[in-house]
Amino acid sequence: MTDTTVSKPGQTEVWITGIGLATSLGEGLDANWAALQERRINVDEKNFAPYVVHPLMPVSLDSQIPKKGDQRQMEAWQRIGTYAAGLALDSAGIKGNKDILSRIDMVVAAGGGERDLNVDVGVLTAEARGNNAPGFLNEKLMSDLRPTLFLAQLSNLLAGNIAIVHGVCGTSRTFMGEEVAGADAARIALTRIASGESDIALIGGSHNGERKDLLVLYEFGDFNLKDKFAPIWARKGRGGFALGSGGAFLVLESRAHAEARGAKPYARLSSVVADLSRRRQPGDMTATLEKLWGKLPLGKGKGAIITGATGAEPATEEERAFLKGHAEFPVRATGTMFGHTMETQFPLGLALAALSISRGALFPPNDSTRLEIEMQGAPTQIVVVGAGHWRGEGMALVEAVG
Amino acid sequence: MTAPRDKLGRPIVVVTGMGIVTSLGAGKADNWAKLVAGESGIRTISRFPIDGLKTTMAGSVDFVTVDPFSSTGLSERMADIATEEALAQAGIGSKGDFPGPLFLAVAPVEVEWPQRRELGRAVGQQDFNYDDLLRISGGGKFAPFHHRFMFASVADHLADTFGTKGSPISLSTACASGATSIQLGVEAIRRGETDAALCVATDGTVNPEALVRFSLLSALSTQNDPPQAASKPFSKNRDGFVMAEGAGALVLESYEAATARGAKILGVIAGCGELTDSFHRTRSSPDGKPIIGCMQKTLADAGMEPGQIDHINAHGTSTPENDKMEYLTAAAVFGDLAQKIPVTSNKSMVGHTISAAGAVEAIFSLLTLEHQLIPPTINYDVPDPAILFNVVGNKAREARVSAVMSNSFGFGGQNASLILTREPA
Repeated sequence: MTDTTVSKPGQTEVWITGIGLATSLGEGLDANWAALQERRINVDEKNFAPYVVHPLMPVSLDSQIPKKGDQRQMEAWQRIGTYAAGLALDSAGIKGNKDILSRIDMVVAAGGGERDLNVDVGVLTAEARGNNAPGFLNEKLMSDLRPTLFLAQLSNLLAGNIAIVHGVCGTSRTFMGEEVAGADAARIALTRIASGESDIALIGGSHNGERKDLLVLYEFGDFNLKDKFAPIWARKGRGGFALGSGGAFLVLESRAHAEARGAKPYARLSSVVADLSRRRQPGDMTATLEKLWGKLPLGKGKGAIITGATGAEPATEEERAFLKGHAEFPVRATGTMFGHTMETQFPLGLALAALSISRGALFPPNDSTRLEIEMQGAPTQIVVVGAGHWRGEGMALVEAVG
Repeated sequence: MTAPRDKLGRPIVVVTGMGIVTSLGAGKADNWAKLVAGESGIRTISRFPIDGLKTTMAGSVDFVTVDPFSSTGLSERMADIATEEALAQAGIGSKGDFPGPLFLAVAPVEVEWPQRRELGRAVGQQDFNYDDLLRISGGGKFAPFHHRFMFASVADHLADTFGTKGSPISLSTACASGATSIQLGVEAIRRGETDAALCVATDGTVNPEALVRFSLLSALSTQNDPPQAASKPFSKNRDGFVMAEGAGALVLESYEAATARGAKILGVIAGCGELTDSFHRTRSSPDGKPIIGCMQKTLADAGMEPGQIDHINAHGTSTPENDKMEYLTAAAVFGDLAQKIPVTSNKSMVGHTISAAGAVEAIFSLLTLEHQLIPPTINYDVPDPAILFNVVGNKAREARVSAVMSNSFGFGGQNASLILTREPA
C-alpha cells in the first residue's frame, strides 16, 4: 500500500484552495451544485445508442482558452481539461499570477486522445475491399492523418496545453492508468506539499466520453452501459458504466502558503491512499478497500462517502460489500450524475467533497435503490473512494478546516 | 564512513541494480561493449512494410518477440527483461516480493493496428462504418484487447510479477519520462516513505502509425541509407532523431538500507530537477530559460556547482533544434566549461528510445562512472560550428568522471535532468 496521511507532527497541512469543474451538468461550482440539488442528470441515450453517455454541457471556450489557435491544436479532452484547469486557477485567485504559476507543481491524470475515426474506417474498409499492398497503411496514414493530431493525442499534452494557455510552468507530470491515476496524482501532490518539497500544486484530469473509439475499447470488455440509463446502484446484471465528459481540477496548497496570500480553503486534504488489489478471488477488492479505509485518520465528526463506483461488475458489487460495513456514512455515487469520467472521476470526487464541506451540506441522494440516504447537517469529513473498473483502488479523506 | 544523508539532510539515494535492453542487445555487458565500440543499433525496419514511408530505419528491438504482437506487449516484455536483470544484480527482497513501489515510464497506450484490423476483418463486410466495429466489439471475443490496451496494463503486470508494493504509477512526461520515473523514486526515498523503489522505463513503439506521426511533425531523420549513419547528434548535417526501442530498470535504495544489507553500490542519484516550458507544444522557448532553469535546479538539488560536473550525457537527439538549444543552454549554465566538459549522446548509437531514454541514459551514465570511459558520439564527421561542445566524437574516451549530468527534454515543455555520481558526496 502507498499512502500519504498528513497527520504526523511537523507535516504541513494541505488545503484545497481552488476547484474547477466543467461537466455534463455545467461549468463552475454554482451550476454543478444547483444541478446536484435538483437531482438533474444530463444523459444521452440516442446519439451513441445503444450506449449511454453523459455529454459535456457546452462551455464558452474563449473565456478560458482565448486563442483560437490553441483551441485548434487540441482535441475535446484537452480543451475540457484546459478549460477546467483555468476555472480552478480562477477559483484559487491565482490566474495570471506569474510568480505563483511559475512555481506550481502540476500532476495530471490523463488517458489518450481521440482518434480520427474516418481515417481508421477508411483504412479498414479499403483493406476489406482488397487494398492489401504492403505500404497501403503507411501511405494512407501519411496522407490522411492531420499532422498535429498526434499532439492532441499524447497523454502529457493536456499538461502541456495547460502550461501554454495558463502559464502553469513549475513542474509537470502526467500519470496514466485509468481511474487510480487520478488518486495517485492527488497522492503524490499531497505528499510533496506535506513534506515541504512543494508549496502549491494543480491536480486533476479531463475526459471526453463522447468517443466511439473509447466505447470500442470498453466494449471489448463488455463494460459499457447499454440501452437505458439507471443510477449506479440500480444497474442490473453485468451493470456497466456510461462514459461521461468532464474536467475536474484542484489547487492544493500548504496552509502557510495559502494564508500568506490570504486564500480561503474549501476544505483540507488530509490523506490519500491507494493500492492495487490482485482481484483474483471474490472479496479481494472489498478487502483492499477495507484496508485503505483503515489507513485514513478518520475523526469523530459527521462523515460521508463520495464514490466513483463505476457501475461495472464485479467491481461495483465488491464496493457495495465494503460500503455495507460503513452504513453510518451516507453515500453518493458520482457516476450516477456525471457518468464515468475515468481518470477524472477521483479528482471530481475530491472536488465535490470539498464543495460539500464548504457549502455545509452533502448534496442529495439520487438513487432508486435507497443505498444512498439523506444526510442531515454539515459533513466535516468526507471519504472519497475510487475503485477502477478493472484495476486500482484509491481513497482520500477531505475534512473541514479546523 | 560517509554520512547516510546528503548536504540537504535527506537520505542519500543509491543505485544497487540496473537492467537494460536496447537495439544493441539485452543486458549491461552486451550493451556496454557495443556502446564503447561505437556500434550502431539502427537498422532498416523489417518488422512491417516500409513502402511509402519517408523514414525507413529505427533502433527496433527485434530480438525480443511477443505473440500476438503489440507495441504495448513489447514494452512489457522489455520491461520484464530489464527488471529481472536489475533485481538479480541488486539481490533485494525475494522472488516476486520487491520491498517498495514501482514507478513506470511507459508510452501512452492505445488500440493498435493489428488488433484494429482483426476487428475490421471480423465485421465480414466490404463496406462498414465505425458503428459496425462497435457493434461487434463486445461479447468477450476481444476481451484480451481490453486488458492489453489499458494504460495501467504494463505496470499491473510488473507489479504482479515482481511484487512491488502499493499502487504502481504509470507516467508520461514524453521524452523525459525515464528521468521522471527515477525522480519519483528518489523523492519517495528522500521522504522516508520507502527504503527502496523500482524505477522502470520502457518503449516499444516502433510501429507504422508512431513513425508516421513523428514524420508528419518533421521530427525524424530521413537519411535512411546507411541507417547506421542517420543519427548524428551535434553534426552540421543532422536532420532529425531516429525512433528506437528499449527499456531500463533501476533499483534505488537509501544509502543506509543498501549498506545495511551489504549491497554493492553502483552509483548515487545525487540530484534531480525539472522545469516546464510553456512556450510551444514541440519547441523550446527561444531564450532557453526553462532548460537553463532545469539544469540549475538539478545542480542545486545535488548541492553542486557547475565546475563539479565532469561529463554531460546529453539528450542529444540529432534534431536541428534540440542539439543547438542544448548547447546554448549548457553554455549559459556552465559558461566556458561548456566547451571543456566532455559531452556525448548515446542516441547516436541506440537511437531515441523516447519514454525509456531517461532511464537508459542514466544507466549508461552510471556505467560511464564505473568504467571511467565515455562512450562515443558516432557519426560525428561534420561538427556543427555553432555547437562548441567538447563532443566525444566517434571513439570512446578514457576520462576521470566523478559526476555526470544526464538531460532529457520532451514535447509538451517537459525538461528533466539528473546528476549521477560514483560515491556519496
